Amino acid sequence: MSLTVTDLRVHYRTPRGEVRALDGVTFTVADGEIMGLAGESGSGKSTLGTSLVRLDGRMRHVGGTVELDGVPLPVADSAAMDRFRFRAVSVIPQYSMSALNPTRKIGKMVAELLASRGERPDRAELERRLALVGLPPDVLGRYPIELSGGMKQRVVMVVSTLLNPSLLIADEVTSALDVSSQKAVAGMLLGLRDEGLVTSMIMVTHDISLVYQIADTIAVMYAGRLAEKAPADVIVTAPRHPYTRLLISSLPEVGVRQAERRLDGIPGTPPSLLDPPEGCRFRDRCPLAFDRCAERPPFAEVAPGHSVACWKAV
Amino acid sequence: MPRYFGRKLLIYGLTFFVAVTINWMIPRFMPGDPVQSMLARANIAQPEAVEAMRVHYTDLFGFDLPLWKQYANFWAALFRGDLGISIWLFPTPVADVIARAVPYTLGLLLPAVLLSWVAGNRFGAFAARRKWLDNTALPIGYLLTATPYMWLAILLAWGLGVVAGVLPVAGAYSFAIQPEWSWDFAGSLLQHWLLPFASLFLVAFGGWAIGMRNMIIYELEADYVRYLRSLGASGRLIRRYAFRNAILPQVTGLALQLGVLVAGALVTEIVFSYPGLGHLILQAIQNQDFFLLQGIFLFIVVGVLIANFVIDVAYVVVDPRTRVGMGGAA
Repeated sequence: MSLTVTDLRVHYRTPRGEVRALDGVTFTVADGEIMGLAGESGSGKSTLGTSLVRLDGRMRHVGGTVELDGVPLPVADSAAMDRFRFRAVSVIPQYSMSALNPTRKIGKMVAELLASRGERPDRAELERRLALVGLPPDVLGRYPIELSGGMKQRVVMVVSTLLNPSLLIADEVTSALDVSSQKAVAGMLLGLRDEGLVTSMIMVTHDISLVYQIADTIAVMYAGRLAEKAPADVIVTAPRHPYTRLLISSLPEVGVRQAERRLDGIPGTPPSLLDPPEGCRFRDRCPLAFDRCAERPPFAEVAPGHSVACWKAV
Repeated sequence: MPRYFGRKLLIYGLTFFVAVTINWMIPRFMPGDPVQSMLARANIAQPEAVEAMRVHYTDLFGFDLPLWKQYANFWAALFRGDLGISIWLFPTPVADVIARAVPYTLGLLLPAVLLSWVAGNRFGAFAARRKWLDNTALPIGYLLTATPYMWLAILLAWGLGVVAGVLPVAGAYSFAIQPEWSWDFAGSLLQHWLLPFASLFLVAFGGWAIGMRNMIIYELEADYVRYLRSLGASGRLIRRYAFRNAILPQVTGLALQLGVLVAGALVTEIVFSYPGLGHLILQAIQNQDFFLLQGIFLFIVVGVLIANFVIDVAYVVVDPRTRVGMGGAA
């Protein structure tokens, strides 16, 4: 097992109280697995992604453990985490376009970053990896402002994976791109894994149709908890959680005339995470809800590699 | 790159032209008649002698010519390096009067501007990272920067000069000695320099420290810092990057401050009777000395323009983004 997350709880400190962005999340990611992490905005998927790398000032680790390759990750202790960052767990952040220091040439920045981690930059290897994502070696002599948004993103992809991390978190990497670039970037992420530059990957996204193309498994989050995790095609073809079902049915299908079939949304809104209700958090919007839903459903395995948090699915 | 500097030079040339023109206009449109006041100073009773002197002076300074001719003559003389003759210190040439005062002003201003900038930036960046220092140093910084130069100058002069009696409060050197190359004179010079320098330095220091503190806090929240942190980069590297980027607006600020600082030095010099340009400006205004006033303003205008140009060049060196923009509209 590459990554094991057990009952992870991370809250945001706000003036109005604690927002329970992650409220007991348990899952595993196997060696070589690309896991898509889907959910609507505010579901906690980005929080989960960043929690595994670096909690920012407003985030507080409340409970739960994270284990990577058999070693516990000290997610709550930022200083102790430094040892693991970049080498064991790395991130392609949501803000890739502005992630590079604007006043440093890219090659120089990479060299300084590596030096500060006690690594020697290997120019030939760096150029080989740039070629892998379709960038010419001369980007190293340029400033970030001289690159297009897509190029910056690919530079960040190369930089983040330079030390061959065991786990890579790709946070909404395709959100800011046009459709054809999305496809290309998704292919590059796949390439990183296939080339063995990263062992496994969590791809945070709200775009299930995109993540479906490259992910081995997909986990769906709802209101700070995991609703369902299963192999990608199972999530798409045979979802068990009512939320996943509604989510999938709300996606447009190629070849279907929308005049014949109206796209359904999911009525209602997710609950506030400031003071979430007891039991299943989807029950107010769930067409299948019944008495037992007032009790929190366990995230239980219903088939090999397929876990669902729903009483109806058990 | 040559196009960029070509445009910059053109703008500086235009600014110079306009500034010099305004500079020529202002004293001429001030109320009062300098020739009249010179005659009054001469204190002569005979009307014929007074009339003869008036004709002589008016002719000498060219006040009998039409304004446009005075203006043309002014430019012609300027290119010959002739700034005219001082009315106040008649018949000393203005250039000589200014040359005598300039070392004092530069000796006061340059260290005050540059040291406060360097020290303020260092201190601000340092304070931004320590909560207790931030909480104590920030109010002091605001207090300092809100203090008018002359008020702080008066406080220092009163506190250290009059009450404590440790430092002299007037002049650039002791009245008991003559300027010469000796340790005595150098010591006296330094002693008299300390208080005016301190008053200029402290006010500017507060402003720079606050500006830098705010910029550093902003930079440390920037995306590139977040990214470096998630890759476990050392605090040293992050601080270096943040400082480097935070200093850019401070460089611009330095250029903007230069003009204001000359004015600040003016009142400081008056408080301490320091024989620099500020002191000269006051005398020139009080004595309706057109030529001296023009000469000093010209010197200040040229000084500010040169300083701005140097900073423009420096900015191109330190911020790559300006270089990228140069091909186009910059």
